[in-house]
Amino acid sequence: MKEKRKLTLTQKRGLKGYLFILPWFIGFAIFYVRSLIMTVEFSFAKLTVSPGAGGYSLEGKGLENYLYAFRAHGSFKQTLTSSVGNMLIDVPLILFFSLFMALLLNQKFRGRGIVRAIFFLPVILNSDALKAAISLSEAMMNGGIATQAAEVSGAASSVLAFDLDYLINMFVNFGLPVKVLSYVTAAVGRINDIISASGVQIIIFIAALQSIPSSMYEVARIEGATAYETFWKVTLPLVMPHVITNMVYTIVDHFSRSDVVELAYSTAFTEFNYGLSAVFSIISTVVTLLILALLVRAIQKNTFYYN
Amino acid sequence: MIKVKRFLIGLMRALILIGVGYTILSPIIGMIVSSIASTEDIYNPMMFLLPKHPTMEKYALVIERMDYYKTILKDLIYVATLTAIQVLVCSMVGYGFARFQFPFKKLLFGCVVLMITIPMHTIMLPIYVTFKSFDPFGIVTAIKGSPGIMGTVVPMYLMTILGCGVRSGLYIYIFNQFFRGLPKEIEEAALVDGAGTWYTYFRIMLVNAKPAVITVAVFSLVWQFNDTFYSKLFLVSEDVVISKKVSSLASVLANQDKILNVTIQQQYTNAGILLVILPVLVLYLILQKRFIEGVERSGIVG
Repeated sequence: MKEKRKLTLTQKRGLKGYLFILPWFIGFAIFYVRSLIMTVEFSFAKLTVSPGAGGYSLEGKGLENYLYAFRAHGSFKQTLTSSVGNMLIDVPLILFFSLFMALLLNQKFRGRGIVRAIFFLPVILNSDALKAAISLSEAMMNGGIATQAAEVSGAASSVLAFDLDYLINMFVNFGLPVKVLSYVTAAVGRINDIISASGVQIIIFIAALQSIPSSMYEVARIEGATAYETFWKVTLPLVMPHVITNMVYTIVDHFSRSDVVELAYSTAFTEFNYGLSAVFSIISTVVTLLILALLVRAIQKNTFYYN
Repeated sequence: MIKVKRFLIGLMRALILIGVGYTILSPIIGMIVSSIASTEDIYNPMMFLLPKHPTMEKYALVIERMDYYKTILKDLIYVATLTAIQVLVCSMVGYGFARFQFPFKKLLFGCVVLMITIPMHTIMLPIYVTFKSFDPFGIVTAIKGSPGIMGTVVPMYLMTILGCGVRSGLYIYIFNQFFRGLPKEIEEAALVDGAGTWYTYFRIMLVNAKPAVITVAVFSLVWQFNDTFYSKLFLVSEDVVISKKVSSLASVLANQDKILNVTIQQQYTNAGILLVILPVLVLYLILQKRFIEGVERSGIVG
């Protein structure tokens, strides 16, 4: 006698769960899994897009693209190292800055609403198309609006422009180590980039700070901890998991705007060397993911999870 | 003593906030000033921040050349529909991950995280090639006469419907975190009262997820509006994506109006940029308070 198979309630709910994630799953399979495989395929071949009605043909080239990228290509290695280097400089700066700002914005003061609104503006205005134009007018702002016109018409630069070199010379004369100094000046010079890249991170940190139970602070106060001690012993450990979230977001965000991606894009769509572009994409992605994994691991080891 | 200390701390804070705030606002201030300055002002080295002869004529020309009202309307419709789809699809997927138990759930959710970490650029080529010769079951050929849907908005809609639009992974993650934070009793009550799964999801869960919906909607609106990567990749027409029009504005002006002076061109570009960010800015100012509250309450934090 054949037993009639019936799904249990849990299985039924499980099936419904699959139904809910189905659209995403199809998309993921088509656009991500398939594309990743294709990218790897492209990197080992020479791809020719047939003119007119789409379609393409692959011609196996083995490791040639990889060898070319590392041995012969003019700027790939430099671009890759400088992109990674910039990332390693920027990421800690962005994290520190956004945590600091979140601490400030989390306090109660008059006009907090307006200040917060201003601080999240970079999230809103973060567009590549607008960026070039914005940076131009930033330059104008730094040197006074008049400077721009004056420079274009060939006159002397404005006195309103802020002279960074003057400050650097001053500190060098103080006898500060040049390495430290160059990091700091690089950071100061990048302040615009750092601020505009910190919007989302500030939001995340503010949310994190608000999720810390206030009883923690009460205990710290009763035990007689100073504000400084409270920060290091209470706030920072409890915010640490969100530092990881933020770091992942920052690194991915930074990478997707880096020069190496720009190079991959132009190699594909202006030089039409699709195979080489695939190589660039793969190598830079692997490097980024490696760095990401290492950093997350290192931080995770020293992280205390409250729950 | 304590009063002095408090005053000093307050002063420090005010200084830092004003400084950083200025850095953020300065490009916008700069653009406003430059876009309303007349030619006379721009060449006056004494002019700083307040033009002597403010004029709106730059805006008039830019609006005409960009076909502003028509384009922005089209763009806003495009972005708004995509946002609606994003919210619907991502909340569904997030809900599926948050409330149902099924085999391979951990692995699949790992894939969502992977989607966030893998940059789009890694897979742009295959996607480009795929859509260039896109022709499932000959449908496209039947309608258009030739395969491939490049240069239309269809690829973007397709990807968004299938949960792979602009930063969809992040939205799924946000919704998942938020739904997990909601008490299970709500659903149990609904179930006891005889509501089906879909009814529960649409009429109860989605309504309760308002903070997350607002967060995702604002993010999605803004990022979709600002997106140039996808619109460049899919060759979406300039008439739909206004940010593409801004980047070509300078050359259009040079060709049609013979404005060749770089400084003056820049003034027009600034006017164009301001016009483009205006709708987003207005939207942000309206939704700003709810948006920030929403981010704080929804589980973006993980």
